[in-house]
Amino acid sequence: MITKGKVFKYGNNVDTDVIIPARYLNTSDPDELAKHCMEDIDKDFAKKVQEGDIIVANKNFGCGSSREHAPIAIKASGISCVIASTYARIFYRNAFNTGLPILECQEASEKIKNGDEVEINFITGEIKNITSNEVYHAQPFPEFIQKVIDSDGLVNYVKSNL
Amino acid sequence: MGMTMTQKILAAHAGLKEVKAGQFIEAELDIVLGNDVTTPVAIKEFKKMGATSVYDKNKVVIVPDHFTPNKDIKAAEQCKMVREFSVDMDIENYFEVGQMGIEHCLLPEKGLVVAGDVIIGADSHTCTYGALGAFSTGIGSTDMAAGMARGKAWFKVPGAIKFELVGKPKKWVSGKDIILHIIGMIGVDGALYKSMEFVGEGFENLSMDDRFAMANMAIEAGAKNGIFMVDEKTIKYIKAHSKKEYSLYNPDKDAEYDETYVIDLSTIRPTVAFPHLPDNTRTIDEVGEVKIDQVVIGSCTNGRMEDMRIAAEILKDKKVAKNLRVIIFPGTQNIYLQCIKEGIAEIFVKAGAVFSTPTCGPCLGGHMGILAPGERAIATTNRNFVGRMGHPESEVYLSGPAVAAASALTGYITNPEKI
Ligand code: SF4
Repeated sequence: MITKGKVFKYGNNVDTDVIIPARYLNTSDPDELAKHCMEDIDKDFAKKVQEGDIIVANKNFGCGSSREHAPIAIKASGISCVIASTYARIFYRNAFNTGLPILECQEASEKIKNGDEVEINFITGEIKNITSNEVYHAQPFPEFIQKVIDSDGLVNYVKSNL
Repeated sequence: MGMTMTQKILAAHAGLKEVKAGQFIEAELDIVLGNDVTTPVAIKEFKKMGATSVYDKNKVVIVPDHFTPNKDIKAAEQCKMVREFSVDMDIENYFEVGQMGIEHCLLPEKGLVVAGDVIIGADSHTCTYGALGAFSTGIGSTDMAAGMARGKAWFKVPGAIKFELVGKPKKWVSGKDIILHIIGMIGVDGALYKSMEFVGEGFENLSMDDRFAMANMAIEAGAKNGIFMVDEKTIKYIKAHSKKEYSLYNPDKDAEYDETYVIDLSTIRPTVAFPHLPDNTRTIDEVGEVKIDQVVIGSCTNGRMEDMRIAAEILKDKKVAKNLRVIIFPGTQNIYLQCIKEGIAEIFVKAGAVFSTPTCGPCLGGHMGILAPGERAIATTNRNFVGRMGHPESEVYLSGPAVAAASALTGYITNPEKI
């Protein structure tokens, strides 16, 4: 599986409150949440983002609360993958469980710049920076995590595996 | 290459000979836990999954402890939903008010968790059971739902930090002081993703209650789990509480650790975490004059028998300071009863403290002791985030039971050595 898109680049400790502010948690409708995704850190994000685009950030992405609304909002906004050097662990789980692909890659997180065009191969873990003509390597997803993502999250995965 | 304790337990539960840090696995679950706040969400996801029964009615544990006895109508509705689900699914280990305790005090006491188990719980302090040599970690509601349906969960195998404990703690220094000291040293993200593995001859000087308090706060350093080696004390505890079979997993000699810290327990001072993060620690000698309005002794960190005994030793035949509220809540009904038998309940009541039924209550700002703006509490709980015990402009200072009880007598954060 391959995805290609333009990069939105952020720094360290992007927390769940900036990913989806608590004031919008009175709904769990993905499209409604997507309208406010990243609003407190990048207010035009929802307007600019296009299907397939990619978020790249530095360390401890998704720290803060355990709200599953955070990965849901990112996914519903059209983002096809998040790349960071590290994740807060509950976000990490929640991302896979809600069907949002995320990769860990220190080199990619250091070198990729805002607006770069990037292509990701989920099978091999290869991250190609088309703009700078560089290639970085993340660990590919193991087979069953890929299955969870392919099933669009854990609920559907379990449904088809009961 | 060798494996850590955590890696060995995960490998065994994934049916693999070996696992490495960073590897993804799917592991069999010995226990899936939920409470009155997280289970309602999990029940909805469980139904969406199309599940009609839980994977094993003896391995799902549900403890309504956060807002019970029901705090208000909403809490009553949540509990009702959880109760009905437990009846429908014929869940053996659902604990109604009257039998229930704070989940992380209750499960070890009931013998539901033992060494070598893999446990997930939709509550971040599920890491507590690492004190028994189990792999135990907090997860979200969707994970709980999937765990209940399939009896399996996916994990990314964690790397580990080794804490080699040496020496013996001094009087009034308990597991809480040691873990606050460690979190102060490595920071709230110091163990992100990783296991905190406690080894070294010094851990044998720690009681089981000390170890529970320490494993409980591994999450406050960002860790995936905290785990202790198993010694005679652990085995004695398990045998006294459980009929379940347990398994021992010692770390390999060549196990790979990202970092190693040697901690001399004899040098640790009573420690206090100032607002608003658990890593904002100072020793009791550096605290200065901090006036308080409330003292809270209890929670899944320090609501155990030994904590009650330490508090009673300090409060015996004394009175709590004027204009100070002192709230003591034991972790389980058994601990409550033991406090009555040992005369501890009487010491607390005579001293002028509230002695409550087991509940999470004030720990998460739920009920039974909420703070007004500008008020300050010293608490033996585990989080001092903004607004944790009430109004966002209130403050929580974290300590062990000795400092909290000594402070109850003076109205200021107080060194128990000076009482
Ligand atoms: S006592 Fe506090 S930290 Fe422990 S489970 Fe209850 S609310 Fe959570």
